[in-house]
Amino acid sequence: MSEVQPSEAEHGHHDDHSQSEHHEQSFASKYLFSLDHKIIAQQYLWTGILMVLIGAFMVFVFRMQLAFPGQHVPGWGIVTQANYNSLVTNHGTIMIFWFAMPVLIASFGNFLIPLMIGCDDMVFPRINRLSYQVFLLSVIVLIASFLVPGGGFGGAWTAYPPLSAKSEYSMTNLGSSLWLIAVALEFVAFLLGGINFITTAMNSRAPGMKFTNIPIVVWMIVIASILFMASVGPLVAGAIMLLFDQQVGTGFFDPDKGGDPVLWQHLFWFFGHPEVYVVLLPAMGIVAEIITVFSRKKLFGYKTVLLTVIATGILSFFVWAHHQFIAGIDPRMANIFTVTTVLISIPIAEMIFLYIATLYGGSITLSVPMLWALAFLAEFLLGGSTGLFLGASGADIYFHDTYFVVAHFHYTFFPIAVIGFFAGFTYWFPKMYGKHLNERLGQIHFWITIIGFNLCFIPLFVLGSAGQHRRIYDYSNFPELATPGLQNLRVIATVGLIMTLVAQVFFFINLIVSFRNGRKASANPWNANTLEWVAPSPPPHGNFAEMPTCYRAPYEYSVPGRDKDYWPQNESS
Amino acid sequence: MFNIFDIGSYIDTVSTYASDIDFLILLITILVGVPFIIAEILLIGFILKFRKKEGVQAQYITGEEKAQKRWITIPHLIVLLFDIVIIVFAIQVWVDVKQDLPDADHIIRVDSQQWAWNFTHSGKDGELDSEDDIHTTNTLHVEVDKVYHFILTSKDVIHNFSVPAFRLKQDAIPGREIIGWFKAQKTGEYDIQCAEICGIGHGLMNARIIIEDAPTHAAWQSRRAGELAIVH
Repeated sequence: MSEVQPSEAEHGHHDDHSQSEHHEQSFASKYLFSLDHKIIAQQYLWTGILMVLIGAFMVFVFRMQLAFPGQHVPGWGIVTQANYNSLVTNHGTIMIFWFAMPVLIASFGNFLIPLMIGCDDMVFPRINRLSYQVFLLSVIVLIASFLVPGGGFGGAWTAYPPLSAKSEYSMTNLGSSLWLIAVALEFVAFLLGGINFITTAMNSRAPGMKFTNIPIVVWMIVIASILFMASVGPLVAGAIMLLFDQQVGTGFFDPDKGGDPVLWQHLFWFFGHPEVYVVLLPAMGIVAEIITVFSRKKLFGYKTVLLTVIATGILSFFVWAHHQFIAGIDPRMANIFTVTTVLISIPIAEMIFLYIATLYGGSITLSVPMLWALAFLAEFLLGGSTGLFLGASGADIYFHDTYFVVAHFHYTFFPIAVIGFFAGFTYWFPKMYGKHLNERLGQIHFWITIIGFNLCFIPLFVLGSAGQHRRIYDYSNFPELATPGLQNLRVIATVGLIMTLVAQVFFFINLIVSFRNGRKASANPWNANTLEWVAPSPPPHGNFAEMPTCYRAPYEYSVPGRDKDYWPQNESS
Repeated sequence: MFNIFDIGSYIDTVSTYASDIDFLILLITILVGVPFIIAEILLIGFILKFRKKEGVQAQYITGEEKAQKRWITIPHLIVLLFDIVIIVFAIQVWVDVKQDLPDADHIIRVDSQQWAWNFTHSGKDGELDSEDDIHTTNTLHVEVDKVYHFILTSKDVIHNFSVPAFRLKQDAIPGREIIGWFKAQKTGEYDIQCAEICGIGHGLMNARIIIEDAPTHAAWQSRRAGELAIVH
């Protein structure tokens, strides 16, 4: 990452914080205590990538156990029930809170917002730095939770009390408290980051950048930040209450002391469902940028896209109890939440239709970022569609807590977090590092990942339909699920997973090859319109040689009567 | 082989409402599957058709004119229509299974704990909480074609009383008594799972439900009553 260096020559228009960076900086002050939004983006990015490797190792271990129960797993050994519970719990927690969130929101948000709206940095650079530091602390606390006596928390990422509240039930006293502290700290980090994103996008836009000139990805990250900030409060409060139940002996969620375990579920899912959209929206934004550039098309219905996002955001606050249909809530409540949940399919479906319509009449180049963006649409469609089975209360009675749910949300989260990440990373890589990635390696990586992913999760739909319930370390105890047919499906899923994991070797080889010998990237290698492509690649401290002015909407591609098929936002004519 | 349209091809259809739930799932598969396949065909079709060609520029379409918006509003209305159908059928099934309980022929008690299922059956007198109650662990005996109400509780953490062949699932919440129902249509022996993670023994928390015809069930009751008399 040494490519990202403050270039002294190019700035001269700076606010106070840049002054301190004019002298020689130590490694620590440049990379660990930097105030530059691009460095903070890198910190989030590489911490996220480190965490995804841990999360991926966990899934490798427990999928091996599922395919070959009781066998020695390479790199781990024999998987006990306690191991298994802890692995599935922390796999989920890490992938959502320590991979999807830091990479999609924090990293892309930090890197893109100032560059795309044409300013030199976040409005609160110190809050930004604090956000990463708190996040790093949460990483350390989480990793510590695996190493304490009793082992890591194993009560599922949803942490339902009383299992999570009492150590005599969970058997992980310290592990569950540290897990909870880590999650709470992580939320604090993103609250700090969210304040910055919203304020910066609203106040620091380049002259001439009206609301309708803001690129969709910036809108998406800002709306996601608002959703996050509005929904996370109850869960932070809930986490502190649960911590008190664990360590002080209060009884917020303990029926013996007058508490109610279902209260936690409301607090958790009131956050947990909007959270799905918090990570979905940035990925949708990334995809919008890529499909317009690589089909040389204007986004179909910019304002309609925005309206669907806002509708989704508002509706997402009224669907949470679909996670609790069979959790002992008043059965009449399920009817209301079925209506809201099924209806949320409308704005989401519409968003996807608008994206597909954008491709119509285009001039499509299947570059690696475009492959990822199109795969996002193709795969997310299945994830979104299968959600209807779970939102419809009557069908959820059967599918709840089965592998159908697991397959469904991996068809949403994998496209969001993994495919969306690779789309954005390969698209902005030339901007981040000033070099091109290798196309051939990128294609190999793409195809093996996509085939492996589908091979892993299609069988899980079948297993779920056969009634296989979740979080079981060995199905041989359940006669209906111990059949050879179902066991073969488990093996196929594990083969798919291993394929997906092996594919990532090509990604890392590509990184090494490209960092060393990658073709040098120009400022605007994709002939794109948005302002980040005006800055040099990589952008120096302060971003722009000359602060840009915005003259038009972001997706003016193939405008009739012009000789170029793109029209950068900063060009006056 | 499995038929994706029919849950009954994966697993037996034993309770009276199992086929209603299967029908709902079939209906959703069709209503969601058709737009899904059309969207995928359009997506892949556009990718193939509009590949970059030398000398051909992309079209400039804003998507904000009325004639263009139709391409979104019509699918939008179709999705809305399908959604309403799904909602109506989903709620109907839900109300039958979870909300309006038919009158009970028998009442049983299902008490869950880490990591076992304790069942209390009424004895010959048909009354629960009387002297001839039959207590079992991890085996539930019921009579075919009778409406059973179950009173579900938990001693410690949240469990979930799940009988896939019945399409029945209900959380057991400590501190609450939750009442549900089922009526089995055929005899046989099926899995009861705990479908909510409940600690390190979660993977072992299985039980069996044995559905018997009236004479077999009565014989079982007498046998257990005899054992009970010896204990007393």
